[in-house]
Amino acid sequence: MSAIGRGWRKLAVLLRSERFGGDLDEEMQFHCEQLVRELREQGMSPEEARCAAIRQFGNLTRLRERSHDVMGFRLETVAQDLRFALRQLRRSQGFAVTAVLMLALGMGASVAIFAFVDAALIQPLPYTQPNRLADVTESLALFPRGNLSYQDYLDWKRMNKSFSSLAAYHGTNDLLQGPNGTVIVSGMQTSAEFLRTLGVQPAMGRDFNPGEDSPNAPATLLLTWSGWQKWFGGRKDVVGQTVQLSGEPATVIGLLPRSFVFAPGGKLEYLRALQPRNECMKRRSCHNLYAVGRLKDGVSLAAARDNMKAIAAQLEKEYPDSNRGQGASVMPLAQAITGDIRPILLVLLCGAGLLLLIASVNVSNLLLVRAEKRRREMAVRGALGASWRRLVRQYVTEAALLAAAGFALALPLADTAMRLLRSMIAKDRLDAMPYLQGLGLTPHAWLFAAAVAMLAAALFSVPPILRLPAEHLREDLNEGGRGSVGRVWKRLGGHLVIAELAIAVVLVAGAGLLARSLWRMLHVELGFEPDHLAMLSVELPEVEYPRPEQQAAATQAILDRVRMLPGVQAAAASTLPPVGCNCNTDWIRFVGKPYNGVHNEVNDRQVSADFFTTIRAQLVCGRLLTLADDARHPKVVVINEALAQKYFPGEDPIGQVIGDTDLKQDSLRKIVGVVANIRDAALDSGMWPAEYESLAQDPDTYFTLMVRTAGDPKALLPEMAAAIRQINRSAGIEQETTMEARIHDSGTAWLHRSAASLVGGFAALALLLSVIGLYGVIAYSVSQRTREIGVRMALGAQRGAVQSMILREAGWLAALGIVVGLGCAIAAASLMKSLLFGVRAWDISTLAAVAAVLALSALLASLLPARRAAGVNPVEALRSE
Amino acid sequence: MSKADLLPGTLDLLILTTLKRAPLHGYGIAQSIKRVTDEVLTVEEGSLYPALQRLLLQGWVKAEWKVTETNRRARYYALTPAGRKQLGMEISKFEQMMAAIGRVLADAGEA
Repeated sequence: MSAIGRGWRKLAVLLRSERFGGDLDEEMQFHCEQLVRELREQGMSPEEARCAAIRQFGNLTRLRERSHDVMGFRLETVAQDLRFALRQLRRSQGFAVTAVLMLALGMGASVAIFAFVDAALIQPLPYTQPNRLADVTESLALFPRGNLSYQDYLDWKRMNKSFSSLAAYHGTNDLLQGPNGTVIVSGMQTSAEFLRTLGVQPAMGRDFNPGEDSPNAPATLLLTWSGWQKWFGGRKDVVGQTVQLSGEPATVIGLLPRSFVFAPGGKLEYLRALQPRNECMKRRSCHNLYAVGRLKDGVSLAAARDNMKAIAAQLEKEYPDSNRGQGASVMPLAQAITGDIRPILLVLLCGAGLLLLIASVNVSNLLLVRAEKRRREMAVRGALGASWRRLVRQYVTEAALLAAAGFALALPLADTAMRLLRSMIAKDRLDAMPYLQGLGLTPHAWLFAAAVAMLAAALFSVPPILRLPAEHLREDLNEGGRGSVGRVWKRLGGHLVIAELAIAVVLVAGAGLLARSLWRMLHVELGFEPDHLAMLSVELPEVEYPRPEQQAAATQAILDRVRMLPGVQAAAASTLPPVGCNCNTDWIRFVGKPYNGVHNEVNDRQVSADFFTTIRAQLVCGRLLTLADDARHPKVVVINEALAQKYFPGEDPIGQVIGDTDLKQDSLRKIVGVVANIRDAALDSGMWPAEYESLAQDPDTYFTLMVRTAGDPKALLPEMAAAIRQINRSAGIEQETTMEARIHDSGTAWLHRSAASLVGGFAALALLLSVIGLYGVIAYSVSQRTREIGVRMALGAQRGAVQSMILREAGWLAALGIVVGLGCAIAAASLMKSLLFGVRAWDISTLAAVAAVLALSALLASLLPARRAAGVNPVEALRSE
Repeated sequence: MSKADLLPGTLDLLILTTLKRAPLHGYGIAQSIKRVTDEVLTVEEGSLYPALQRLLLQGWVKAEWKVTETNRRARYYALTPAGRKQLGMEISKFEQMMAAIGRVLADAGEA
C-alpha cells in the first residue's frame, strides 16, 4: 500500500474525526451488548454478565486510544513539537532574533526585486493576447531596431501575409492653447487600426474609423485618462469637443480606458490619427515610425520575421536609392518595451538571490552550532524512546518556525523596499515604464515569497538532521556534556563559511565593477564643458512662422533676447543637444569622390552660430559657424573628427563639399571646419561621424536653447522662459534642465547608477553577513576548544602562539573563500558584460581591492575570538572541565 | 477454556481469512474465530479493534454500517480486492513458516 494512499485515508479520517470516534464507540458498545447477551444465554444474571463483559473488554478508554493511535496524525504531538520549538527559540533569543532578521533581510530583498521583475518581465502586457503582438521596424547594420518610413509601412501592410493588422505610430508633441497659456502636450500619432491591433476599446466614444488616417480627413483624436483630466478636468461631455492642436482644430472622438498604457509612447495625453501630411511621410528615405502587428493565427514570430525580411529585400530591389540596406526587425512587443532594463533586472535578481543565499547559509550555520550543542538533549530524548522520526520532526518544526517568522517579516520589508525603490525613480522615467504600475505584493510575489520560505525551511532542516545521533547514542550521551567540537561540524561549518565569503566576494566585486563602470561613464570624454549650461526646448507655433526665414528670424530674436539676461555669457540653439542619441541621421556623399550607392550614415544637427563657443567644443581646423552663414549665403557645414577620419583619411576636409545621395544642388554644403568629437549620443554609445549645419540656413520650429552662465544655471531657467515668452507668447517650452543634470539623469547613467547602488547595497549587506558568519564559526570553535587551549598553555604554549593558531584557522577559511569567490566573480562579471562600461570582467585593480576588503574584514572578524583564545586562563579552563 | 497465545502477525491473517467468507461485524469476527478453532484461539477485543483500524488504513478492508438480523445497527467489515491479494501473501508466508517449523519438529523427532 503506498504511503500516499495511506496519507489520504488518514486525512479523510482526520477530517471526519468526530464521526470516527462515534463509529468506534458505537461499534464497541454493540460488541459489549452482544457479549452480555451471550453470557446471559450461558445462565449469568444480567448484572454478572455486564461485569464479565466489561472485564473481558478491558479498559475502554485505553482501547479507544490505541485505535486512535493507529489512525490519527497525532496532532497533539505536532502541537507539542511546536510548543517545544517556541520554548527553545525563546530561550535563545539572541539566536532567534539574529536568524529571523537575517532571513527577513534576504527574503525581503529578493521578494522586492522579484516584484520588479514580475511587473516588468513576467506580467503580460495589458492587451488582448499580448504574446501575439510583435514590434515591427526596419533594421540597419547600425540600428538593429531602426525607424520605419511611411511609404515602406504602406507596402509592408499591403504585402505581408503574417499580420492580421499592422499599425504604425510615432511620438508627437503639439501646442495646446489652454487657459494658462500654451502648453506642450505629448501624445502619439497612430494609424487607424492601432487600438484594434492591441485589442483595446475606448471607454467612451469611438475608435478611429478606417480612413481617418488619410491626409485629407478631418483631424481626430482620442484622449487618454490623464489627458482627459488635464485638458478637460474629467468633464463628461468631452466626446465631440474641438481642441486647437498646434493651431489646427481637431475633434475628440473618444476616451481611452483608465488602464490604457503604451510604454513606447511614454506619458500619453492623446492619440491622434496619423495623417501623412508632411514632407517626411512622402519620402521613402525618411524614417520616423514604429509599427506594432498582431500575428495571424498559426503564424510564428520567426515566420513573420522571414516574411518581412523577404518583403524588405523586394523593396530594396525596387527602390535601391532609398532602401539599400534596409532590412526588417520583428520581435515580441514585450521585448521591445522592456529589452533595455531586462539585463539590469536579472542582475539585480541574481544579487538579491545571492544575498538571500548568504543569509540562509548564515542561519544554517547557526542552526548547525545549535544542533551541536543539543546533541546530548537529542541523545537523551532518543534514549527515552523518541523515534528518529520524532527527533527529525522536532528540527523540521523549528526550521519551519524560523522560515515562517522570516516570511512574515519579509513581506512588509519587501513592500517598503518596493515603495522606496519606486519613489527613487524620476517621474518622467516612471512614465516610460507604465508596467511598474502593477508593482506590489501581487499574488506572484506572495507565491515567490512562500516558495522561498519553504525552500529555506527545507534547507534549515538538513544540517541539524545530519547531526542527529543515529547509532552512537551512547557516545553522544557520554561526550555530549564535554562538548568537543564534532569533526563533522567543523568540516561542514567551515565549508559553509567558505561559500559565504565566496558569495560576498562575487557581490562586492560585482558592485565594484558596476561602480567603476558608472564612474568611467560619467567621466567619459564629452568634447565640451557641461558645467554652467542651462538648457530648455522651445517649440514655435508653426502657424505663426510658416516660412523658414521667419523661423530663423524668431530663433535669432530669442537668442538675442536671452543673451541680454544678466549673467549670461553665451547662448546657442541646436535641433538636437549633445548627450542624446545617435539618431536624426543623414545619408551623405561627397562631390568629386566615387560613390557606390552605400548609405553613409552620419549624425546631422542644425546649430546656431555660437553653438561651439557656448558649449566650449574644440576647433581642430578651419573655422566655426558665424552669423554670416545664413540663408543669403552658400550653405556650409562643420564636421567632427570622426567624419574627417572616416571619409577623408590623410586628406584635408576643409573646402570639400557634402551633398545628399543624389547630390541635388540645394543640398550641397561646403565643409568649413572640423571640431573635436562632441558626444552627441548616450554616454555608453560609440562616437559617430557628425555634421553640424547652420541653423540659420536650415531652421526648425523645435530646437533646444543652451545658455552658458556665470552663476547657477538652474536659477536662470525661469528667466529664459520669460524671455522667450516676450518674443512669442504662445511658444511651447519644455525639458528645462541643466546639461549636468541631463548627463546625470540620462537613461544610461540612471540605469548604471541604479545597478551600481543596488548591487552595492546587496554587497555591503553580504559583506556584513559573511563577516558575522566567519566570526560565529571562529568564536564557536574557540569556545569549544577552551580545554584544548588550556592544555596547550599549561604545556607552555605562548599566548601569541595561541592567537596566531586561531588566526591561521580563520585565515585559511578566508583565503579559500576569497580565491573561490574571485573565480566566481570573474565568471559572474562576464555574464553581466552588457552592464559593464570601460571595465573588463577581470579588472585586476577592482578584484585586488575586493580581495583586500574581504581579507581585512575577515581579519577583524577573527581578531576578537583569537584574542579571547589567547586570554584563556589555563587553570580555569582545566578546572571547569 | 484453554486459551492459546496467537503467533505474532497471525491476527491480521485470521481476520482477513474470516472476512473472506462474508462481511462481518467486530463481534462476529471474534465469535467466528472462537467457533472455528473450537475456542482454542480467542481474539481479545483489546487487539481486535486496533487491528481492524490498521487494516482499514492499509485499505485491505472497508467498513459499512448495516442492520443485523436482530435489527441492530452494526459496522460490517468486508475484504477489498487489495485485502484479498494481501491475504494470499499472508497465507503463503504462514505456510512457509509452518513448513519450516514442521521441518524443525521432524528433525527433533528423528534424533
